[in-house]
Amino acid sequence: MLARSPHAALRRLFDEVGPVDAVGIEERVAKYGTRSIKKTSKLWGLKLAASMVDLTTLEGKDTPGKVASLCQKALRPHDPDLGVPQVAAVCVYPAMVKHARKALGRETAVRIASVATAFPSGQAPLKTRLAEVKAAVADGADEIDMVINRGAFLSGEFGVMQDEIRAVVEACGQATLKVILEVSELETYDNIRAASFLAMRVIREGDFIKTSTGKTSLNATLGNNQVMIEAIRDYYLDTGVSIAMKPAGGIRTAKQALTFLVAIKETLGDAWLNNARYRFGASALLNDLIRQIEKENTGAYQAPYYFSEATESY
Amino acid sequence: MPTLTAKKTSTRPARPAPELIFGDLWEFDPSPETADPKLKTRYELFINGQFVAPKSGKYFDSINPANEHKLAEIAQASAADVDAAYQAAKAAYDNVWGKLPGRERAKYLFRIARLLQDRAREFAVAETLDGGKPIKESRDFDVPMAAAHFFYHAGWADKLDYVAPGRRVAPLGVVGQVIPWNFPLLMLAWKLAPALAMGNTVVLKPAETTSITCLKLAEILQDAGLPPGVVNFVTGAGDVGAAVLNHPIPAKIAFTGSTEVGKIILRSLAGTDKKMTLELGGKAANIVFDDAPLDQAVEGIVNGIFFNQGHVCCAGSRLLVHEPVAEQVLAKLKNRIKVLRVGDPLDKNTDIGAINSKEQLRKITAMVASGVKEGAEMFQPTCRLPTKGYYFRPTLFSGVSMSHRIAREEIFGPVLSILTFRTVDEAIEKANNTAYGLSAGVWTDKGSRILKMSTELKAGVVWANTYNKFDPASPFGGYKESGFGREGGRQGLLDYCTLI
Repeated sequence: MLARSPHAALRRLFDEVGPVDAVGIEERVAKYGTRSIKKTSKLWGLKLAASMVDLTTLEGKDTPGKVASLCQKALRPHDPDLGVPQVAAVCVYPAMVKHARKALGRETAVRIASVATAFPSGQAPLKTRLAEVKAAVADGADEIDMVINRGAFLSGEFGVMQDEIRAVVEACGQATLKVILEVSELETYDNIRAASFLAMRVIREGDFIKTSTGKTSLNATLGNNQVMIEAIRDYYLDTGVSIAMKPAGGIRTAKQALTFLVAIKETLGDAWLNNARYRFGASALLNDLIRQIEKENTGAYQAPYYFSEATESY
Repeated sequence: MPTLTAKKTSTRPARPAPELIFGDLWEFDPSPETADPKLKTRYELFINGQFVAPKSGKYFDSINPANEHKLAEIAQASAADVDAAYQAAKAAYDNVWGKLPGRERAKYLFRIARLLQDRAREFAVAETLDGGKPIKESRDFDVPMAAAHFFYHAGWADKLDYVAPGRRVAPLGVVGQVIPWNFPLLMLAWKLAPALAMGNTVVLKPAETTSITCLKLAEILQDAGLPPGVVNFVTGAGDVGAAVLNHPIPAKIAFTGSTEVGKIILRSLAGTDKKMTLELGGKAANIVFDDAPLDQAVEGIVNGIFFNQGHVCCAGSRLLVHEPVAEQVLAKLKNRIKVLRVGDPLDKNTDIGAINSKEQLRKITAMVASGVKEGAEMFQPTCRLPTKGYYFRPTLFSGVSMSHRIAREEIFGPVLSILTFRTVDEAIEKANNTAYGLSAGVWTDKGSRILKMSTELKAGVVWANTYNKFDPASPFGGYKESGFGREGGRQGLLDYCTLI
């Protein structure tokens, strides 16, 4: 009886993938912040971070016009002479995909990501969620950001959670999938590690696991980023399958982004330092990156009104 | 232990064993700390509140182990200088310090702590130049921790009536102290703060390779207005240490250093009524069970053995791993030490700095050679080392057994010996099978096992799911040949007083 309880199921999963010590993880990630990145290494890191941005707008008040200007920002974040690269993708709601495709055109390296599957709660019938995914792909989405069924995970129904992810993988067709764990609702590092493994076992090489929707109180932190990239590392060393990673929400400054990249450099190594394997789900971050790149190039900070932190101004 | 992919049957074609690439795709530019260490070209003895030239007129060079450049000249004390220092300390005890109420002594200690904080960056750079430790450690650990010890003991100075319930305490008088080169400023604080808080006066000798921050602290003692003679510093090598320890005046001797020297001291003081505390070597076991959070354990192992280039008496130099996870832990350790940065200690990104002296580098090299010769398997990352200065790559030895020299003798360098065990009893037996007993670490998810281990491990400190954590309130000291007496906390204070 007890052995069938959700608690026992979680227990078995932890035994399988190993536990995480919260104090130890936080000590580890505190060391990333003490890395001092200067001059050319800083400039290189800033440009890399810019190329990894999934430029995001996920608001009820999004309009085709807003999405079009976001796409323009994605294509040409700043004066090209400054060497700021294009971002990796724009991230929009499914209803906005066709407008984004129109704004970006077909011949572009900037990809369109869409948050399908009844984002952010995921509380819609599976059939509805799958239909949403298919519609977004049909409208031109290159990437789908789905949310896992946290309810299923927390009640120990891992099979249900994994079957749903499998179904979404199928619905994606050629599109890349990003699986959002919504870490703040999983609460513990143990749960985050376990959920990472459950997701990785049913997605394809090159698909992502992603921290959060950005719609809850706690989003990407160095701590949960570390737990997830260690899971990716262990899975890769065990199977040879490379899973990509996307922290989302809460990364607003260039300094933060560089610290996250140091974590990648020291945990997953050089093969993950590119935008096929690592992304930042962010909006305000991009302008701070540009501001810092400009500062590295000119030696001086620009006036604050040069770079707005509000996405409205894109 | 089941594999991480127990539920997945892979149908993918075979490919080469996956490996992580820790290359130079994103190399960090040099990032040296630039604060001015404000070094003098020549440092004198500090006796009776003054900087005085040694009677011999001789000086020796202090070398920066990172590049072998001379940093400054240090006075070479003689027996006559040591005697002058003791006379000053005795006069200061009889006339001033011994009579001062605790709340007055506290004011001086608070002042010293705050002045040290004010000059923290300067002291951190000086400590790194002198000893070779990475600036991030001297900045984030040594200097703040030294200040914390002064603060903590300042807090005790006016509350000594409560340190031994039901008893009253009195200072001992003059104490003689000799400290090692691995944490020059911090060991100084560990020694000075409790002695002064209790009302004793001090004659102290720093290690000959690392005298500079000690003499810089003398400047702070002057600025704090500490009465002359309360603290006296004499510098030089082992002969000066012998003069400090064998002088008739001190009522107590405190020594931190090697077990070898500790034994000599113990012999020479036998038959005298001097009190003594010795904090000597260690060969700590860091024990990892199969249910431990392995990545955090690996982090703790790295912190335990590579902190301060392994020049730590409580370093976790013997790793005992539960057999089911031994291979996994070794693989994780290898990947972890590939990203440790060895090099210029002043660079803020350096994880492992310079070995403290040529002599120590020679000892480490010889011990590592013996490990290879005795058949243990060695792993070192391929990191580049600076061409000048004393450096040693972080080193792992696997397949080590209890009879290997590298499992029994203290190496005092960045070298980890990895042994395995099968049961809890075997782990305890192996951990305790050593002449030392300073510290130990236990890594497990099971709380009851932590309690059992901490009871049965014969070690002064047992860390659970962490390593190398220090606090002024926590007593530190050893069992067996790791010495006796405690430093820090209430217990540390009691070693500097008589109970009435």
